[in-house]
Parts: sequence; C-alpha cells; structure tokens
Amino acid sequence: MPDIDIDAPGKTMMLMGNEAIARGALEAGVGFIASYPGTPSSEILPALAEVAERRNLYAEWSINEMVALMNAAAAATAGIRAMATMKQNGTNVALDFMATLASNGLRGGAGLILVNADDPGRRNSPNEQDTRGVAKMLDIPLLEPGDFQEAKDMTRWLFELSEELDSLVMLRTVAKISHTRGNVTLGELMPNERPAHFPLFPRPQAGSINLHARAHEKLDRAKKQFETAPFNRYLGPDEPELLVITCGASFLHAMEAVRILELQDRVGVLKLGTIWPLPEALVEKHLGKTRQVLFVEEVHPFVEQSVMELAASLGPTGPRPVFYGKRSGHLPPYGELNPDEVIKPLAEIMDLTYQSRDPGYAAQVQAASSQEVIVRLGTLCPGCPHRASYWAIHRALQLDGREGFATADNGCMSAGYGPGGFFVAKIGGAMGGGAGLADGYGKLKRFGFDQPVIGGLGDSTFYHAGIPALLNGVWNQSNFTLVVYDNSATAMTGFQPHPGVGMTAMGVQGKAVPIEDICRAFGIRVEICDPFELEKTTGVMLDVVRDEGHGPRVVIMRHECELQRARRESAPYRVWVNPDKCLGESCGCDRLCVRIFRCPGLRWNAETGKSEIDEVICCGCGLCTDICPQGAIEKAPAAKGVAS
Amino acid sequence: MMKELMKDPLSLIVIGVAGQGNVVTSFLICDALVNQGFLVTFGQSYPPQQRGGPVINYIRVSKSIQASPIIPEGRADVIVAMEPVEAMRMLSQYGNPDVLTMVNPRPIQAIDTTGQGIKYPSLDKLMEDITALSAKTWVIQATEEAAKLGNPIMANVVLVGALVGSGVLPLNREAMEAVLAERFPKALESNMKALDRGIELVKQHA
Repeated sequence: MPDIDIDAPGKTMMLMGNEAIARGALEAGVGFIASYPGTPSSEILPALAEVAERRNLYAEWSINEMVALMNAAAAATAGIRAMATMKQNGTNVALDFMATLASNGLRGGAGLILVNADDPGRRNSPNEQDTRGVAKMLDIPLLEPGDFQEAKDMTRWLFELSEELDSLVMLRTVAKISHTRGNVTLGELMPNERPAHFPLFPRPQAGSINLHARAHEKLDRAKKQFETAPFNRYLGPDEPELLVITCGASFLHAMEAVRILELQDRVGVLKLGTIWPLPEALVEKHLGKTRQVLFVEEVHPFVEQSVMELAASLGPTGPRPVFYGKRSGHLPPYGELNPDEVIKPLAEIMDLTYQSRDPGYAAQVQAASSQEVIVRLGTLCPGCPHRASYWAIHRALQLDGREGFATADNGCMSAGYGPGGFFVAKIGGAMGGGAGLADGYGKLKRFGFDQPVIGGLGDSTFYHAGIPALLNGVWNQSNFTLVVYDNSATAMTGFQPHPGVGMTAMGVQGKAVPIEDICRAFGIRVEICDPFELEKTTGVMLDVVRDEGHGPRVVIMRHECELQRARRESAPYRVWVNPDKCLGESCGCDRLCVRIFRCPGLRWNAETGKSEIDEVICCGCGLCTDICPQGAIEKAPAAKGVAS
Repeated sequence: MMKELMKDPLSLIVIGVAGQGNVVTSFLICDALVNQGFLVTFGQSYPPQQRGGPVINYIRVSKSIQASPIIPEGRADVIVAMEPVEAMRMLSQYGNPDVLTMVNPRPIQAIDTTGQGIKYPSLDKLMEDITALSAKTWVIQATEEAAKLGNPIMANVVLVGALVGSGVLPLNREAMEAVLAERFPKALESNMKALDRGIELVKQHA
C-alpha cells in the first residue's frame, strides 16, 4: 500500500477508517500528534509517524492518554495544529485534564482534536462505553463519521472548527468505522508551515470568572455551523412514511436494511454527522415531514434523547411523530449493531414480513451445523511467553496451597481469566488495575485475609498506570507480589514500543528506562525470570510469594513476544511428539499437554490415541518439551534463517 | 470500463482460524477491486484473543454504494474458507441455495478449552454437507499445495489464485500481480507461484 501522504488529489484508495483520519489530518496541515495504543484507535498514530519526517510533523507514543492530550494541548496553544488519539478507556484516563481544557479553550492557538474510538460490543476492550456523553458533559462539539470518506473529510473540517471556536473538539468513531476499510478519495495535502510560539497574552483568567459560560457560547456558535454542515445528509422521499435518524457505522447498516426491504420510496434516512450539539433546526424540519421516527444508533440513545428533548420543547403545535428506538424496545441500549438488527424493527414498524433465506435451506444447514460446527475459543498464541508465565504462577499457587489468586491486566494479559492463563486471574479492569487491586488486597490481613495475591501488569501498562499503584504499596507496606509480564511490546494493539524499549514512535532511540531500575529505586526485592525456564521460574514465584512481611515484591517475567520474534527470524526449534514415549490415554498425566496446557500447536490424535504437533501452527518455541512428564515432546535446533 | 459484477452488492466472506493469514487474503482481493474502480467495504469480526478463534472477513463490492461492513444473515454470495469447519460455520449463518463455496479441506483442531475434549467432525461428512449446501463448491488443497511450494502459510495466496481463476470476481492474474507487487515487493516471485498454482488448481477442478 502506498503511504498515506501520497500527493495525488482525486485518487481513490482503500483506507481503514483510522488511516482516513490520519490522511484528513495531513490535509489539514497537522503538526503534532500524540497517542497511547488502544484498539480500535491504534493505527492513526503509526500512519502519521511513518511520514512524520518528510511532512514536518512530530508524532509520539506517549506514556498514557492524559500525557498525550497534555502534549497535544501544548502544541495547539503554541500555534501548531494537534491531535490526540485514543480508545474510550484512554479518554477516561485523559478526562481530568480534558475537563479544564474544555473550559479554558486554546488561548487563540491552533486547532486541537481529541479522537476517541469506541468499541461497541467490547470485542477488544475491558468494557463497553458510549463516549459521546463526555462531549455533552464537557460542553464541547462532537462529530462522528458515517463512512470512510467522512472520516477523512471530518478530521480536516474539525481543525477549522476548533480554531474558529478556540475550543477542543472531539471526533468520535466506532470500531466498525475505525477498523473497517472502504473507498476514500484524496484531497490536497497541506504542509505544516506554522512556527511554534506561545503567546504571553491574554493572561489566564483567574479567580471568580466562570469560563464555563464561554463554553456554552461556543456551543451555540457550533450549532449554527452544524445546521448546514455537509456531514448531515438526508436520503429518501420528501415526506417519508418513516424517518430513520442514524449516525456512525449504524448509517451503513440502516441503508442496507432499507435497500433489502425495498423501502427506498417510503422510508427516509437522516444521517447526522454533527452529533453534539444537535443541529436542531435541521432536525425540526425533518420531524415536520413525517409521522414516525426510528432511531438507529449504537449503545446509548444519545441522539434519540436529544431529538425527543427537542420535540418536547417545540410544544403542542410542533411536530409530534411517534418515536421508535431504544426507549420503545425496538433496539438494544447495548452492543454492536448489524444490518439484521435494523431490518427487524424496520420490518415490524412498516408491517412487512422478512425472511432472510429459504426455510428449507435454513433447516438443512441447521441440521448439519449443529453437529459439525465446533466451539473455537481463542487463546494465547503458540509460543506466547504469557502461557509460560501463567503456567509458573498456576503451579506456584498450587504448591503454596493458600487459595492464592492473580489480578489481570488489559490486552493479552486478560487471557489470564480463561483457560489460556489456567484461570489464575480473577479480577482486574482498567490500566494499572492489576497493581492497584493487589495493593488493596495486600492490606486486608488485619481482617483475617490470608491468601497470597499476585498483581499482574503488562510491561506497557506498568509505565502507563502501574507505577503509582506499586509506589503506594511500598509506601503503605502492602503485602503482595507484582508480576510484570515483559514481552517487550504492546503486542495486542500492534507492537508499539514503550519506555522500556526506548525506541520512539518516529523510530529513533530515546532513553530506555528499564522496569527493574524503577522498581529497585523503590528499595524492594526484584526478581527477573525467563518464563521459558519453567522449573526455575516456578521456584522463584513460590519463594517470592512466601517472602512476606516487608511490602510488595516484583517479579519481571521477561521473554520477547513470539509474534514479534517471528517477524525477525525463523523458528528456533523443530518440535515433535515421540510416539514411542507418549503413553496417550494410559498416561497418568490425563492428556496434560492438550487438556490443560492447551497450546494451539498441540493436538490430540483420536485415531492413534496420542498427542501430536500441528506443524502448520507450531511456532517452534519448544516450551512444551518441558511440560510432558514422559519427556515425549522432543525438539532439535532448527536451521536458522531470517523470517520470510 | 468497469467490469460487471454477478450481483450488486456482491458479498464475499473470507473465513479462517486466526493466524491462517485470511486478513492478507482479503487485503489482496480488496486492493485489486478498488483498483478496478469498485466501491469496496472490508469489515472484520474477530475475538479479542490472538489465536485459535475464527476470524471473519466481510467484503462487499458495488458499483454505486458503500455497503455495510457486515453481511446480513443468509446473504453471502461467495464463501472462501481456509478451514472446513469454518466453511460450515459461515454457511450456517450466511449460506443460501445460491452460495458459491471455495474450501481448503485442511482441518485445524480447536483448542480444548473445556477440558472435556472437542471432537472434530468426520471430514468426509463435513465436505459432503458443505457441497450439498452450496450451489457450487471448489475444494482446493491450499495448505498441501503451499507446503509443496515451500511454505504452508502461503495457502492464503493459493486460495486467492483459485478465486481469481474461478471467475466469480471481476479480477484476473494481472490485477493480482499488481497488488502483490505493491504489498510483497521482496517476495513477489514466490507469491506469484502460489497464485498461479491456485489458478491451475481451480481450472483442474472444473
């Protein structure tokens, strides 16, 4: 794929929603972007970092989202167009600073966009959240693209709006836009040629002046612009029998539903791009032309409530359509939508019967699939060092025998809740939560608590939000073990570097700050293990867990992410099961390798009654050779080479 | 001049088990279609874990609309499955009497997440049912053929070749060569070999 800064106005490319946002920023002359990785927002920053040098812009992975937003705000108030990008959980982290920034404005500086990518259905998130409410709470404008072209065009437009209002503005996307690809026609690139300078005037308005009033005056100005903004579109007959009001990815589903039910001549679709504040005159005009409205949006009834509030304010002479949506129970107030979930209420309201396919076929496919479609749950990758770490913890806690448990981190570490992590993790949530929760349990001895607690953090999370929790434990002498799973990457979101690695987003070597240096500065016991040395690691874990009475201890499980390693070089070992040694069903291990250890590269051969390696999936890490009690899994060094 | 689609929008599913490379398969198809001037939407559905779960790619192609990134129930026109159970999984949700199915018959076992054991269905019966539930089925030994070419992971490019050779998409060898050259400039030769092998296989099939 060509780089996103290709200078070819009018060319149509297939771009991911996130890449389209990055392109839009380049067409607006963005100069500064800061971010912390989080699905589904992660691809915006790398797309810009890739071209940063030649486009005269600065791009960084920041240590967390609040610092990212602070950085971007500094650039904007010094006259450089700036953007901070994050997922919903990141916006929560940034919220404190964001709230004051929303009132204070940009001191007459350059445009500043906060890009928030939500994850309806929480496929890749610890929670489901509709972050549109944040814009309403902070009184800042919010736009949401309904396709890939808009993702680009809106980003560009928002820089202008931000400058005009002297306000932080928010671009909200959802996974099905950010992580979906579609056609985007490129516009002109704008070079970033602004000099950075911080104006000493105006002086900050201190004391009793309530800046919140000014935010409302800005919102009123935004609303006037929104009434005619190109991102609000109406498609359908002049006086539709039913008006669908929609936004975001739901727009694509709604259009599909209208086409499938062949309702183009009867149903109109009002697609809103300017979500907050609501373009009230525009909406009122469309409400006056129909007797029924169906709201199609994901998660909260955000637009639904805004429109119903508007309708109520228009009084008895105003339009009075019947409203269908989440309040009426036609759509769920949670989860990701799809075309089928729109077809259903639409058919019901329009009094149509809809059959998705021939019933005879449906019965036939149901009969076959109910027998043949096996459950296929995901797990940690073959060769994942976390599997080894969790195995060592699982064993150590069993040996300790006091009902010990672990807390979990987000990202790959969340496998600890399931079979991939041998169910060692029981509670977690939020970046750094693994440390903060363990710190809390570590203070409950006075109430009779005697279970060992192992706090869990990924390496990137340690820097993001783990340090304050650990330091709190040291200060208050809490009894817990903190395990930092250091695979030298933010693997789940796409291998972004972090301070432990030292490499920056723009590919230059910054200063690496190792986890152990920080922990040792706190004056506590620090152990570093290679989890692939299973026996040794298990022994260290047991010893550290029992080393109680002087505050937290840290174990760093250090082994590179297998996917990252495999990008660079070929497999270290050739691995096979020796059928003469594998005792199969008759072994006392009860199929330990495939039933408990469960690396995807191991499989059970029902015909031979023995385990075997699936050579297509096995990554050749060799870890499983250490778990077989019969030593039946064997390995030999593979011919070394560079990954293809 | 834009070529004709057999349907508009044309709805294609590329399905595999995470790690099989079906996202790359989809990229190649989508890039080539966009280059031909079509409006393409490429949506994905995947579980949060990295390996072992199914990864569904939805590709929608049209001359005039940017379609939804998710295919409605019973509305797939073409299913390309890198694994046979996954072909059945897609038929159960998106299949219909007119669906065209291309399947790599190489099974991938599910990880035993319950500890109770997971019984992989009889492959013969599975392939028989897939064929019965599809208007046309191409069985392409993609993993086996890719292994013969030196790397089983290239099964995905073999399947792209078979898809192009089958003629269900408005794409030809040249269109694919252009996108392979763009995505894999250093490994163009081996990828073209895999592509050509796929084209050959589907021709033999007919």
